[in-house]
Amino acid sequence: MTSRAVFRALMGFYLLVFFAYLFGPLVIMGITAFNTSAYPQIMPFEGFTLDWFGVLWNDKDMIYGLKNSLWIGLLVVLVSVPVGFAGAIVMTQVYDRARAFYYLVVVSPVLTPGVIIGISTVVFWRQTTQATGLKFIYDGTVLTVLAQSSFISAYTMLIFLARLARFDRTLDEAALDLGATRAQVFRHVLIPFMAPAIGSAAVIAFLSSFENYNTTTFAILADKTLTTVLAGRVRQGTTPALSALAVAVVAVTVAGAILYELLKRREAARAEARAEAAHRAEVEELNAGPVAA
Amino acid sequence: MHSALGQWVIYALPPLVVAAFALMAWAERRKAPAGPGFIARNGWPVALFLVVAVGLWAIFMIVMPLMAMIDLSLRPKLPPTQWGGPKDFYTLENYRYFLFGSTTSTDAWNATHLKAFFLTIWVSILITILDFAICYPLAYYMAQVAKPARLRLFMLLLIAPYWVNEILRAFAFRILFASQGVINKALLALGLVDAPVDFIAADVALYSGLAYAYLLMMMFALYNAIETLDRNLVEAARDLGAPWWHIHAFIVVPHAKPGIGSGATLVFMLTAGAIAAPLILGGPKTLWFTPIVYDRFYQAFNWQQGAAYALILLVACIVFVLGVLKVFRLGLGEIAR
Repeated sequence: MTSRAVFRALMGFYLLVFFAYLFGPLVIMGITAFNTSAYPQIMPFEGFTLDWFGVLWNDKDMIYGLKNSLWIGLLVVLVSVPVGFAGAIVMTQVYDRARAFYYLVVVSPVLTPGVIIGISTVVFWRQTTQATGLKFIYDGTVLTVLAQSSFISAYTMLIFLARLARFDRTLDEAALDLGATRAQVFRHVLIPFMAPAIGSAAVIAFLSSFENYNTTTFAILADKTLTTVLAGRVRQGTTPALSALAVAVVAVTVAGAILYELLKRREAARAEARAEAAHRAEVEELNAGPVAA
Repeated sequence: MHSALGQWVIYALPPLVVAAFALMAWAERRKAPAGPGFIARNGWPVALFLVVAVGLWAIFMIVMPLMAMIDLSLRPKLPPTQWGGPKDFYTLENYRYFLFGSTTSTDAWNATHLKAFFLTIWVSILITILDFAICYPLAYYMAQVAKPARLRLFMLLLIAPYWVNEILRAFAFRILFASQGVINKALLALGLVDAPVDFIAADVALYSGLAYAYLLMMMFALYNAIETLDRNLVEAARDLGAPWWHIHAFIVVPHAKPGIGSGATLVFMLTAGAIAAPLILGGPKTLWFTPIVYDRFYQAFNWQQGAAYALILLVACIVFVLGVLKVFRLGLGEIAR
């Protein structure tokens, strides 16, 4: 055997082990959701059932937590998309040391453990609300939105920065020369250009919020979200109903991820088609040129 | 020093820093490609939106909470009626407790907490290295070898588990490693062991669950970095007779340094700060540091001490990040991308 064949065999084996590690636990968990056995197991497979999904649907805490999670996710999107957007635009308009300092401040939440963001938010608002009487802020849902948005805004900002790096400033100037006001340029030039990134940022923000546990477990106080209810259940003991929930969540999130991926691809394909059409038009113009002359 | 001063610092310092920042930005605006100032450039309504959004975010959601936590960590535990009272003086008591334990204890050190802290840091470093070793070959393969169709397939396969909840991922490992779980059944069937192995007590479940949890952070950081490497460089090195490990050690790894630094930082930070996996997969004898912090808050109701412990964890993470920056000779901007 040549050394190349050995390498190929090794690589194949490695890929097999890697994807087994990545999917094995999830697949096994998925199978336990459909086994009648009261303990989550795949061997012996006692019989196929969908009962565990029914158990889930009747679990009031979980449904309550789910509603709360969806609500918080929506609010986080509403806060972190505009804030991340503003953050990215300001980043392109400061320079030098001011920029380095600004970058350090707004990127730091990405590099801070989630538990610490949750803790500091709760501590700060407990003190502030006691001093000022703004009692409504010291509430699990509000604090969770504030704490999560603190780092999710940094995620969305990074997404917007990547898109802004490709923005052509001359578009701005052209619009201004044609008599548009600053606000009109923002509304009709910049926002449409950023639209795909706004979509991505909203999806990422919602999913990050929905699945977050580390920050939420502190910031939610006595309230509940789906992940905190879930963590409590898993600590109490393992039941196939949790596997059923996992299957449901995985199905929804994977469907969402695939949809997102497809939308992104369609956007890319459209951009490509547009570029090609422009190129073709240019070529035709060149070809047609001499004839017309 | 009386702690009322702390309140002044928390609420008065941010406006001062913002003013300093505005001055700095104004002074350095000459570095900008020639053009109008901030307000003229954006128009009034947009400029106002930018300043308000970024200001509220940076001040009320990032800087002030952190300062409040530092402030609280330096205070003694008092009943709410005595807050701001004559007994509310700054003290290092909470940090002393972390090192030496309760004043009534006769032990020389606070062994439980110190052990948990150093275990957390040490294991997080090991897991970071392990994740790098696991991810590097696939990241290299995807970035340099794989054909586009296969690359897209791999990307989809990698992204799918990434969106599964952290708690459910830990739960999956719990099923896998349970005494009646698949692995034990397989070991028993193969006759490798006589009785089920308690993987959870041995922390095998915890460590493999943690390594799994943040694997993809490392994967994407490495992939993005290696992807920008010109394939011709690898070809050239091969043509010049470099052995495969030379190519990796002297071409690919140096090129991928920012990616390695960024992946290592994220994996370490997420692992050290993980709370779901240790709660679900931790053995009865293992104490991870984050559950201790949680207990300070919601079991012991000693928020002052909890804040101090959180700050200790944060400082450990900052030291790690700075260490990575130093070792890899990188700037912060190259890490957080």
